[in-house]
Amino acid sequence: MGRSLAQAAMEEGKSATYLPSYGVEVRGGTCNCTVAVSDEEIASPIASSPEYVVVMNQPSLVKFQNQIESGGLLFVNSSLVDSQISRGDIDVVRVPASSMAEELGNPKSVNMVMMGAFIKKTNLVSISTLIDGLASALKNKEDLVEINKKALLAGYGLF
Amino acid sequence: MDGNSAIGEAAIRAGCQCYFGYPITPQNELTEYMAAHLGKRKGCTFIQAESELAAINMVFGASVVGARAMTSSSSPGISLKQEGISYLAACELPAVIVNMCRGGPGLGSIAAAQSDYFQATRGGGHGDYRTIVLAPSSVQELADFTHRAFDLADKYHTPVLILGDGMLGQMMEPVEFKHEAPEVLPVRSGALRGAKGRPSRIIKTLSSNPADVEELNWSLFRRYELIKKEEVTYETFMVDDAKLIVVAFGIAARIAKGAIKNARASGLQVGMLRPTTLWPFPSQKVRELAQNTKQFLVFELNMGQMIEDVQLALEGKGEVSFYGRPGGVVSAPNEVLRVITRLYYQKGLEK
Amino acid sequence: MKTVYTHPKYLKKVPFHYCPGCGHSVIHRLIAELIDEMNIHDRVLGIPPCGCSVFAYNYLDIDMTEAAHGRGAAVATGMKRAFPEAIVFSYQGDGDLAAIGTAETIHAANRGENITVISVNNAVYGMTGGQMAPTTLLDQWTTTTPYGRDAKTAGHPVKMCELVAVLDGSVYVERTAVDSPANIRKAKKAIQKGFQVQMDNLGFSLVEVLSPCPVNWKMTPVESWEWIEKEMEKVFPLGIIKDTTGKKDAD
Ligand SMILES: Cc1ncc(C[n+]2csc(CCOP(=O)(O)OP(=O)(O)O)c2C)c(N)n1
Ligand code: SF4
Ligand SMILES: [Mg+2]
Repeated sequence: MGRSLAQAAMEEGKSATYLPSYGVEVRGGTCNCTVAVSDEEIASPIASSPEYVVVMNQPSLVKFQNQIESGGLLFVNSSLVDSQISRGDIDVVRVPASSMAEELGNPKSVNMVMMGAFIKKTNLVSISTLIDGLASALKNKEDLVEINKKALLAGYGLF
Repeated sequence: MDGNSAIGEAAIRAGCQCYFGYPITPQNELTEYMAAHLGKRKGCTFIQAESELAAINMVFGASVVGARAMTSSSSPGISLKQEGISYLAACELPAVIVNMCRGGPGLGSIAAAQSDYFQATRGGGHGDYRTIVLAPSSVQELADFTHRAFDLADKYHTPVLILGDGMLGQMMEPVEFKHEAPEVLPVRSGALRGAKGRPSRIIKTLSSNPADVEELNWSLFRRYELIKKEEVTYETFMVDDAKLIVVAFGIAARIAKGAIKNARASGLQVGMLRPTTLWPFPSQKVRELAQNTKQFLVFELNMGQMIEDVQLALEGKGEVSFYGRPGGVVSAPNEVLRVITRLYYQKGLEK
Repeated sequence: MKTVYTHPKYLKKVPFHYCPGCGHSVIHRLIAELIDEMNIHDRVLGIPPCGCSVFAYNYLDIDMTEAAHGRGAAVATGMKRAFPEAIVFSYQGDGDLAAIGTAETIHAANRGENITVISVNNAVYGMTGGQMAPTTLLDQWTTTTPYGRDAKTAGHPVKMCELVAVLDGSVYVERTAVDSPANIRKAKKAIQKGFQVQMDNLGFSLVEVLSPCPVNWKMTPVESWEWIEKEMEKVFPLGIIKDTTGKKDAD
């Protein structure tokens, strides 16, 4: 998800860095990446307090909700995260991404549902750049492109 | 493209013919890139060796017969390669070695660190020698410096080290390759290719006569003097009116730059010196900056190693403070900003 | 008139530094003769080890590069891969090959590197003053086994030929000795075969040579020849250990 966002930002002529976390992470635990998008050269690829945080599960919420900048946007996968958000100085966007993806018939497209919602709210990149990016990343796998595109549009259409 | 792959692609475009590696995180993408892309090229070789020791000695062999060769690893593996690096230096053979440094000592952590600065800049293995050490801080520089590393290695007949870290290797940024891969490079002169129509050649380091080895050392250090004169590189950022200069390299310099931009936004006159060659170190530049700026802050992802080079360069003509996080913990820009701000006011620089 | 003896063309005209009765000088001579006879001087590359024979480059008049202790097979791998037309041989002591360099040797053999390893087994570390080698016989006295090698604390003699032979990558493995004129001729033939295997691109060859070290064994040269025959050959049997080249002889 972070990768396609960074890729799309570059396609649109912005500076972008994508920094994955790596290590001996267990599946279902936390696993994160940092994307920086800017109109200028990017100094630090590490963000002290990001403007946007997207959390896909409960452990990530616990770990990352305090990092977000005051006034920032927190996107949560409300299908998997049910607890209250303790911070009052940020806006929360709830996206039932997992259940939507399941309804679409492909639970793995959960990231794309979230991505659709994310760019609709943030306007960081345009949806058409993302769709073009999907097509080139998944060459020769047209059925996959279709699935992901559907998910993207579903998330985009949520708001 | 991720940083590790960018090194691989740049190496191939620099005419690297042989890559010998051994898996270790966080540089596996480079080994995998070479397995996929170098091995299939005509006249080129990829081997996953049985150890880092074997890998560096394979590099040695390839260099002996005149090929451009490289290896890569991360901290524990680089320790094993020191044997070979010392022999390469002694035999005056070119080679490129990449260290995607991680937190140490021991197995440490696989996260980004700069704990191998001393090992990299002081020779690293046994004996009196140095290797050129390049310190990139972006994916573009990983690519550019890889090409430069091969050229420097050939120019000065010396091993060249690229000191990166786990974060740089895994990070993705746009990158532009400025060269096309050559068909085949000519064989380097002086290589062992069989004594056809010429006297036989010997590449060796051992001598029963200490005076021979002394002469080898003299000649190495004459060359090192030349390298110090010709090859120092660095970047400066907003130093002209700076009352405080942060000295940082590699990924730490990116973080520091983020912090400095914020410091500037709140009116603090802070600048940065980023050495891009760690050996030779830009000592001259440090002294030059000290004519206008008296306060220096060295920021490293270790317990303080480069700070010694800054202190040596200053010869007491400036005050040096240090901030660092070891073991693979990476500071965010606001943490560095807090350090900068505190120091700035402590030293009364706002006046 | 027929020439029965001459100085080999590719042996430099300098006196050997080896001890009287040492096997290294004999083996150097065999290699020099073969380089001439096989007409490979223009493309042969040799790798002397850390060990008594490190100065092989002072005697063999060919392109040679030193390797770090034990790394001969890895250096040879790099050379051969980057310059496949060359004929690359490493010349290694038993400690070099079977202790510090075991991994490099086994894996070069296993990859089927098209190189020739000539290993000189004198059952001790000669250069450093006669310490135990991996090949030291049980009960043998050395400076670091002053009560004789005890299998309980110091293990057993390592048989590299047999180890290498079980690897699918090796094609030709022979153990020889330089303890009699007949065996010296056999040793020469074995090295010749090793070079030929490489020239035919068949894969990894290893020729081990049992070789006297009278000084460290505290024997006269004649006694040491006898000791090889009576003691060493019991543990390290001579002969072809493996040959999957499909040809009988190198000539
Ligand atoms: C890394 C390293 N450790 C130790 C040595 C010291 N050393 C030199 S030669 C040698 C052993 C030589 O024994 P062997 O390989 O059997 O050869 P020989 O002298 O018996 O022919 C040793 C231990 C070294 N040169 N390098
Ligand atoms: S110590 Fe042994 S192996 Fe070394 S030169 Fe003397 S006799 Fe030969
Ligand atoms: Mg020996």
